[in-house]
Amino acid sequence: MNPTDLNDPEYFHRVIDCQFACPAHTPVPEYIRLIAEKKYAEAYMINWESNVFPGILGRVCDRPCEPACRRGRVEDKAVAICRLKRVCADNKGDVTHLLPGPSREKNGKRIALIGGGPASLTVARDLLPLGYSVDLYDDQIEAGGFVRSQVPSFRLPKKVLDEEVNIILNMGVVTHLNTYISSMKAFLTKGYDAVFVGTGAPRGRDLDLPGRQDAKAFVHIGIEWLAGVQYGHTQKTGKTTLVIGGGNTAMDCCRTARRLGGDNVKIIIRGARENMKASPWEIEDAIREDIPILEHLSPGEFVMAGDRLKGVTFQRMQGGKTDPETVFIPCDEVLLAVGQQNAFPWIEKDSGLTFDDKGRPRVDETTFQSDLDHVFFGGDAAFGPKNVITAVAHGHEAALSIDLFCNGKDLKKRPGPLTLLAGQKMGPRDWMYHSQVSDEVRQKVPMVSKVKSIKDRLMEVELGFNPKIGFKEALRCLNCDIQTVFTVDECIECDACVDVCPTTCINFIKNADEGDLRSRLLVPAKNNSQPLYVSDLLPTGRVMVKDEDLCLHCGLCAERCPTAAWDMQKYNYNPAKAGQK
Amino acid sequence: MNSRRPAFRHPDLPKNDLGYTRRDYEGGDSTLCAGCGHDSITNGIIQACFELSIEPHRVAKLSGIGCSSKTPAYFLNKSHGFNTVHGRMPAIATGANMANRDLLYIGVSGDGDTASIGMGQFVHVARRNLNMVYIVMNNGCYGLTKGQDSATADKGSSSRKGRPNPFEAIDLCEMAVQLGAGFVARGFSGDKEQLVPLLKAAILHKGFALVDVISPCVTFNNTETSTKSYHWVRDHMEASGTFDFIPERQEITARYEEGATQSVALHDGTVIHLHKSDNAFDVTQRRAAINALEDHREKGQILTGILHINETLQDTHDILETTDKPLNALTQEELCPGNQTLQQIFETYR
Ligand SMILES: Cc1cc2nc3c(=O)[nH]c(=O)nc-3n(C[C@H](O)[C@H](O)[C@H](O)COP(=O)(O)OP(=O)(O)OC[C@H]3O[C@@H](n4cnc5c(N)ncnc54)[C@H](O)[C@@H]3O)c2cc1C
Ligand SMILES: Cc1ncc(C[n+]2csc(CCOP(=O)(O)OP(=O)(O)O)c2C)c(N)n1
Ligand code: SF4
Ligand code: SF4
Ligand code: SF4
Ligand SMILES: [Mg+2]
Repeated sequence: MNPTDLNDPEYFHRVIDCQFACPAHTPVPEYIRLIAEKKYAEAYMINWESNVFPGILGRVCDRPCEPACRRGRVEDKAVAICRLKRVCADNKGDVTHLLPGPSREKNGKRIALIGGGPASLTVARDLLPLGYSVDLYDDQIEAGGFVRSQVPSFRLPKKVLDEEVNIILNMGVVTHLNTYISSMKAFLTKGYDAVFVGTGAPRGRDLDLPGRQDAKAFVHIGIEWLAGVQYGHTQKTGKTTLVIGGGNTAMDCCRTARRLGGDNVKIIIRGARENMKASPWEIEDAIREDIPILEHLSPGEFVMAGDRLKGVTFQRMQGGKTDPETVFIPCDEVLLAVGQQNAFPWIEKDSGLTFDDKGRPRVDETTFQSDLDHVFFGGDAAFGPKNVITAVAHGHEAALSIDLFCNGKDLKKRPGPLTLLAGQKMGPRDWMYHSQVSDEVRQKVPMVSKVKSIKDRLMEVELGFNPKIGFKEALRCLNCDIQTVFTVDECIECDACVDVCPTTCINFIKNADEGDLRSRLLVPAKNNSQPLYVSDLLPTGRVMVKDEDLCLHCGLCAERCPTAAWDMQKYNYNPAKAGQK
Repeated sequence: MNSRRPAFRHPDLPKNDLGYTRRDYEGGDSTLCAGCGHDSITNGIIQACFELSIEPHRVAKLSGIGCSSKTPAYFLNKSHGFNTVHGRMPAIATGANMANRDLLYIGVSGDGDTASIGMGQFVHVARRNLNMVYIVMNNGCYGLTKGQDSATADKGSSSRKGRPNPFEAIDLCEMAVQLGAGFVARGFSGDKEQLVPLLKAAILHKGFALVDVISPCVTFNNTETSTKSYHWVRDHMEASGTFDFIPERQEITARYEEGATQSVALHDGTVIHLHKSDNAFDVTQRRAAINALEDHREKGQILTGILHINETLQDTHDILETTDKPLNALTQEELCPGNQTLQQIFETYR
C-alpha cells in the first residue's frame, strides 16, 4: 500500500465514526468533551452551527451516528450521543449573546423558501447572516414543517420546537404563513434571485382495499391523522385501534392512539418484526406502552357492521407466501402508516422542471440545483422522505449553492472542508483531553411513569439525563477525533507501542497490497469501512500499519513511545458552509 | 498523571488450545521507561506462553532486583511469583524447583543481577542444570540505579554517561555453554519474530535454558556509542539460522534440503528443525558453539539464535535421583514411613 496521505481531509474524518455518519457532520466528540466539562452553552453552539436544532435533535434525531459509534464495536452499546445533545440543550442557559443577529447590511439578493420545515429553516439560517433577504412560504399556521405537524409532543414539547424555530425566524425571515403555493409558474414571476423548495413528502399512502370507501370515517391516513391531533382537531380514537405499518410513523400513531383513549392498540405488520423499518428505540417505547406487534399479516378487507367499522380481515403471510387462512381482527378504528410520498400537484408540467417516474424533480445530488438554474430542492422534497438531520444537511449544501449561484460562481467548484490538526500534549502522559477510557456502561434515560404519561399526550415521556448522568455518559466517548499521528523518521522500532496497545491496532510488517496486509495483521482487519494507516518504509524494511477500526484513542502508544514518533492530535473537520471562501 | 491501560481488548483476539487469549497471560501495567526493551521481552514471554497453551497456574515466575527483575509483575498475573533479593534468584528457584518439580520455572534477571552480584549463583545453577528458563534482559547497564556500566558492557562501549568502558565484557552465553547448560540462545528485544520461538524452545527444553536477550535501555544506554543500542544491535546482529517447531502430535510434512537442516528432538517429542545460515555450525557441539561465538566477537558481530542445544543431559532431579513425585506433594506416610521401614533400612547395613 502507498503511505497514507494525511493531507486528504477525509482520512481522519472517516476515523471519527459518529461525525462521519452524521449527515451534517456534527463534531460529536468535541461537544461531548464540552459536556463533560459542564460547558453546556459552548457544546450547544457547536451543535447549533452544524445541525441547527440541537434541542429538537437531542430528542427526535434518527441518530445515524449511534450505530456507527466505535464504542459499539468495542463493547455492545454505543455512546448515547443523541441524549447527550439534549443535555447541552437542556442546560445551556441563555445563549442569545452567542447567536448571530440579523445582518446589518443587505446584499440586495432576495431568496424565497417554499415550505417551512427544517431544510428551509437551515437555508435561512445560513443565508441571513450573509445579507440575503429571505421570504418563507408555508401552508401551515406556524413554521416548523413536519416536525411541528407530525412529531408528537410527548416526544418533542412545543416549547423546545418553538425556541429553536424562533431563533431562526428572529434572524430576519419574512414569513408568509397559511399560504399554500398553488402554482410554481406564477410563483416564479415574483422575480426572486433564487428559490428553495423544501415542501417535504406530504402525501401518505392509502390502502385501496374492499370496504375502504364505506369505512372512510374510521380509517385514516396516519400522517393526516397525526397532524389533526397536533393541531387539536382530533381528540379521541376508538377503544380498539389497529395501526397498519411498521415504520416510525406507525410508532407515533400507536403511541398517540394510546393517549387518545385507545386502550387496546395493536400494530400490524406484513413482515417479521426483525425487519421492521422503525428505529429500535421507537419500537421499544411502543412495547413499553403495552402495544403488541402482530407479524406476517397482510390486510384484506375493511368489514362494516351497519354504519360502524367491525374489523379488518388479514391474510397470514409465511415465508413470503400468502397463507389461505384468513384472520379477522375486530376494531373500532384503523390508522394507515404504510408509506409516504412526494407530491407536487402545484408544479406545472411546463414549468421547466423535469420529474422522474417517482414524481420527483430532477435534482443534482451535490448542488441540489434543479433543471431551472435558480431553483433548488432539499429535504424530503429532493430525494424522498428521510429525517430532520438529512434535511438540515441538504439545507447547508443548498445554501452554499445558492450563495455561489448568486455570486456568479461555478456550483461544482465547492470549497473544501475546514480542517485542523492540533497537538494535545501538555507534558509527559498529560493530554489536553481525558484519555482514560471509562468502563461505564451506557446510561439509561429516566422516564415519566407510564400511567402518568399515557394520560397526557403533551407530557414528554423522556426526562433526559441530568448533568450527573450526562457526565458519566460523556466520559464513555472514546474521543475518536483525537488522532494518532505517526512520524516515520522518529521511530526506532522498539515495539513499545505494539506491546502496549490494548486493542492490538499497531503492526510492523512487510508491505503488501491492502487485502494481503489486512489478512496478515496481528489481528486481521475485517472492517473495511475503517482505513489502514500505513507509513513509509522503516530502516528494517518494514512499514507501520495501524488498523484504525478499534483504536480507543487512549494515547498509550504515544505515552509509551520513547521518541514521540506517535503523537495525539485533535482533528477538526468542518464541512464548507455558505459564505466560506 | 499515570495512565491505566483500558480494559477493552480486540474482540477477535485468537484463542489457543486452552481457549485462552493473550489477555489471560497479561500482567499489570508496566512502570518501566517508555520504549524499554524489557517491555518487549515481557510481551515475548506472554506470546510464547500463549502459543504453547501453558496453563498460567502451572508457572512460577522468579526474579532478582533491577528493572528487568520488575517485569514478572507485567506478565502472567495468574501465575505464582517470587521477587527475591539482588542476584539471589537462582537460589530461590533451586529451592522451589526441589520442592515442586512439576511447575514451569521462568526466571527473569538482568545483566547486573546475573553477571555482577549474582554471578556465583548463576554459574552454579547452570552447572547443576536446574530445569528452568533463565532469561537475562541484557542492557549492558544497571538501569534501575541510573545506568552504571555492567559487566556485560562491551569494552570501549559508552553509555549516556559518556566514558568508554575500560573492562572486558562477560559473555553469559559462552559461559553457560562452558558450564554445561543444555540450552543456550541469544535474542534481541527488537526482533520478536526470532525471540518468541527462542523462548518457546527454551520453555520446552528440559534442564537449564539460558536466553540472553539484548534489551536496550532507552534512557541510559541507547546512545550512538553504545553497543547495546537499538541501532547498533540491528546493524551488527547475525543469526545462527532460523528454525521451526513440529509439535509431537503433528506429522512432519515439510521437506528440508539435505545438509541445510539440523533436527533436534526435544524432551516432549517436539522436533526443532534448524535452517542454517551461511556461517552455520553444529549447535549440538559445545566446541562449535564457543568457536562461533568467538569468531563473531572478533568480527564485532553479535551472534543470535539457538547457540547450543543438548537434549541428552540430566537435570538436577535426575542427577540427585529424587522421587518423581514432587516433594511438596509427598504425604506424611511417604515422608515418615514409620519405625518398621526404618528397621528394614537398618537391616541393610548390618
Ligand atoms: C409521523 C412522523 C414522524 C417523524 N419523526 C421523525 C423523527 O422522530 N426524527 C426525524 O429526524 N424525522 C422524523 N420524521 C421525518 C421528518 O419530519 C422529515 O424528514 C423532515 O421534517 C423533512 O423536513 P423538510 O424540511 O424537508 O420538510 P417538512 O418538514 O416536511 O416541511 C415541509 C413543509 O412544507 C409545507 N408545504 C408543502 N407543500 C407546500 C406548498 N405547496 N406551499 C406551501 N407550503 C407547502 C408543508 O405543509 C410543511 O409544513 C417524521 C415524519 C413523520 C411523518
Ligand atoms: C544487595 C544489593 N546491592 C545493590 C543494590 C542496588 N541495585 C539495584 S538494581 C541494581 C542493578 C540492576 O542491574 P540489572 O540487573 O542489569 O537490571 P536493569 O535495571 O538494568 O534491568 C543494583 C546494583 C540492591 N538493590 N541490592
Ligand atoms: S466513541 Fe465518541 S468519538 Fe468515537 S464514535 Fe463514539 S461518540 Fe464518536
Ligand atoms: S491510541 Fe494508540 S495505544 Fe490507544 S488504542 Fe489507539 S493505537 Fe492503541
Ligand atoms: S513506540 Fe515509538 S519508536 Fe517504538 S516502535 Fe512504536 S512508534 Fe516506533
Ligand atoms: Mg541491566
